[in-house]
Amino acid sequence: MAAALEVRDLTVRYGDTIAVDDVTFDVPSGAVLAVLGPSGCGKSTLLRAVAGLEAPASGSMSYAGRSLAGVPTHKRGFALLFQDGQLFAHQSVARNIGYPLRLRHVDQLQIAAKTGELLELVGLPGYADRMPTTLSGGERQRVALARALAVEPRLLLLDEPLSALDRGLREHLAAELHDILRTAGTTALLVTHDHDEAFAVADRMAVMRDGRLVQEGTLDEVWQHPVDAWTASFLGYATVLSGEPARRLQQAAGTDWPAVALRRSAIRVDPAGKLQARVVSARETPEQIRLELDVEDIGRLEGVADPGTAVPVGARLTVAIDTRRMAPLLKPS
Amino acid sequence: MVLAAIPLAVLGIFFLYPVGGMVARGFWTDGSFAPGAVFEMLARPRTHRVLWFTLWSAGLATALTVVLGVPVAYVLHRLDFPGRGVLRALVVIPFVLPTVVVGVAFRQLIAPSGPLAPLHLDGTAAAIIAALVFFNVSVVVRTVGAFWEGIDRRQEEAAAALGASPLQVFRTVTLPALLPGIVSAASVVFLFCSTAFGVVLIMGGLRYSNVETEIYLLTTQELDLPSAAALSVLQVLVITVLLLTSARTRRDPTPITRVVGVARKPRTRDLPLLGWTTAVVVFLLAPLATLLSASLRDGSGWGLGNYRALNTTGSRNALLVPATEALGNSLEIAAVATLIAMVLGTTVAYLVSRRPRGTTSRRLVGTFDGIFMLPLGVSAVTLGFGFLITLDHPPVDLRTSPLLIPIAQAMVALPLVVRTVAPVLRSIDERQRQAAASLGAGPLRVLLAVDLPVSWRSLLAATGFAFAVSLGEFGATSFLARDDNPTLPVVIYRLIGHAGGQNFGMAMAASVVLAGATALVMFAVERLRINSVGTF
Repeated sequence: MAAALEVRDLTVRYGDTIAVDDVTFDVPSGAVLAVLGPSGCGKSTLLRAVAGLEAPASGSMSYAGRSLAGVPTHKRGFALLFQDGQLFAHQSVARNIGYPLRLRHVDQLQIAAKTGELLELVGLPGYADRMPTTLSGGERQRVALARALAVEPRLLLLDEPLSALDRGLREHLAAELHDILRTAGTTALLVTHDHDEAFAVADRMAVMRDGRLVQEGTLDEVWQHPVDAWTASFLGYATVLSGEPARRLQQAAGTDWPAVALRRSAIRVDPAGKLQARVVSARETPEQIRLELDVEDIGRLEGVADPGTAVPVGARLTVAIDTRRMAPLLKPS
Repeated sequence: MVLAAIPLAVLGIFFLYPVGGMVARGFWTDGSFAPGAVFEMLARPRTHRVLWFTLWSAGLATALTVVLGVPVAYVLHRLDFPGRGVLRALVVIPFVLPTVVVGVAFRQLIAPSGPLAPLHLDGTAAAIIAALVFFNVSVVVRTVGAFWEGIDRRQEEAAAALGASPLQVFRTVTLPALLPGIVSAASVVFLFCSTAFGVVLIMGGLRYSNVETEIYLLTTQELDLPSAAALSVLQVLVITVLLLTSARTRRDPTPITRVVGVARKPRTRDLPLLGWTTAVVVFLLAPLATLLSASLRDGSGWGLGNYRALNTTGSRNALLVPATEALGNSLEIAAVATLIAMVLGTTVAYLVSRRPRGTTSRRLVGTFDGIFMLPLGVSAVTLGFGFLITLDHPPVDLRTSPLLIPIAQAMVALPLVVRTVAPVLRSIDERQRQAAASLGAGPLRVLLAVDLPVSWRSLLAATGFAFAVSLGEFGATSFLARDDNPTLPVVIYRLIGHAGGQNFGMAMAASVVLAGATALVMFAVERLRINSVGTF
């Protein structure tokens, strides 16, 4: 795949603070790249710089081989979707969606047709005449997405597009967003702090920390080989072990990595397991019991038990390791 | 309910009763209903001339004010640069400057001896309109600025990313969001321009008279009370309609969606607007600078003679008491007026900031809010005249009361206090009060724990604002102040009227003192950073 967006050595400053620090990455044509990082890591600034809303201090950006330097926001042919949609409150849903088309003097009939098509695509047929204030958060976000897709942007920029929604809706919309972007063949850059959102929507991922990209690759590459302990815990790994505890754990698991990241579900209460552990605390959730364990020769680890298992605090029991739920660190420091 | 009764009673006695008395005077002669005088008055060519001038001068001044003010609103409320705070305060000062001072300053600017003499503006309508614009730029800047701050920048960015050029972004996103603010500001500016008194009286001379000065002339010069009353009635009617229309379009910029820190550093493309703002600032400073320089002209050279003369009664005893004594009076009266306006205004603001659930009670609150805006529209001259003819005999005889002038000034300042404090109280999330109550706080504790910490700065700002306005109040005061106990604006007007000797220089010096005092107060107010000051 040819690179659509190429970002090279990009640095953005706010006064004395460096918000984006020497960042380099590509977004291949038709791909969706998620930049994942905690709040304040500079990911939104990165997105704004790509949109042309922040001037870079140094570095370069190009799209389809053409430099974006000096190209103002409205001439980049991108579209930007904010967390809260930023629909124009004084315009109906249809007029919001038609807005970029009217800017381009598309003829009224075509606008109406395109608007209907887009409302269909985002699952809101019949909403054309509603006003934004009468919509729910999820509906607003869908309308904003339809508006952003109206002109078939060369690059869709998504700034935490689902973060303002509640959990159930977020998961549902993330899956839909994935399908809509693939259907439309849109190249997109998504920034988010939510790894679930990144996984559901993107096919490539870049992890950002303190203004720098610390890791970039396909979802599997990043997921299965987090670069360091910080990245692993940011991606939702419960524990990172290195040195002697890591070695002892892996004797039981049959692997040999210098450092290892474990998901909570990698350690499971199982009479057939090889490790002895004592229950430090237990917390019940609908799907599993979450445990804090003191594992013999290794130390504190998080683990799970099936619902209904008797795991009183202080009990000694046997746990098994699931190697599919653990990953080596690329750069064990 | 009880709380609402007090301000209503005060407004009833000291506003509706005098204004009503004034209106009645027009229709009843010697106890019998005789509206003939009113119609006769309305048929006079002179009346038509006055009405026409009032309308077109106010209309043109309003249009110019909007054109001048909107770019400045952008620069002072969307851009962040050193000196912005000073500029913001500077823009508000003309609004609270005593009208007499502004009239004098403009006349000085365009007089045959002034710096703009070659333009031959002395005694022209253009000069009056310039002065009206000078006064009201801040209304547009503050009101539209508050709306501008309320626009989420990302909304404009989303439009730009969708392909809208900066001009298209302004036309399709920014302007529709600003429009309620512009309409609201424009209607208030029109109101102020069409009821302007001091500047028109001083600059209009014999050629130009608006409804307001005409009422004054009919009352004080021609002693034709029925005609004056007829004009007042007309004015009250027109203004009530105008206020109702503007109340319908008015909408506080929603404080909930306010984005903090939207101001950004100026960029190259902001240069034309920065230039525009500089020009407006020069326009605002020029009359003040002229005033200052004229006050320092002492006979043939420069000096502080005019200031020293302020403790005299002027050449040929133009005054009955020294100007310094008048300054003392002014400060004292303004302090009492401010106290009255604050007590009433805070009560009203508290009441109108409630958001009851029922439609009827909500409408009641709306009406209540509207009633207390009335003094904004009814001319100060009508008010002063009404005081004169209704409060001089039982049931309410205040002829000799030292409270007469402070009460009149408090009525003028009242709407401004409400407008400053109410939006701040309204921005408090009701759930904060509910949370405090659920933790065991009684109504008074809720007030102290939730409302006060959020609103004390706006209360302080409103106090300063009310004080500045009272200090410069001329319309109503000119009717009520006795010559042996005048306020400073009245003294300035007298000094201008009694040409000769050092009187003119003294008027200049007194104007500078008055302007300086109001400016000081407004700089202090600006430091409190209350956005609702001077917004409508």
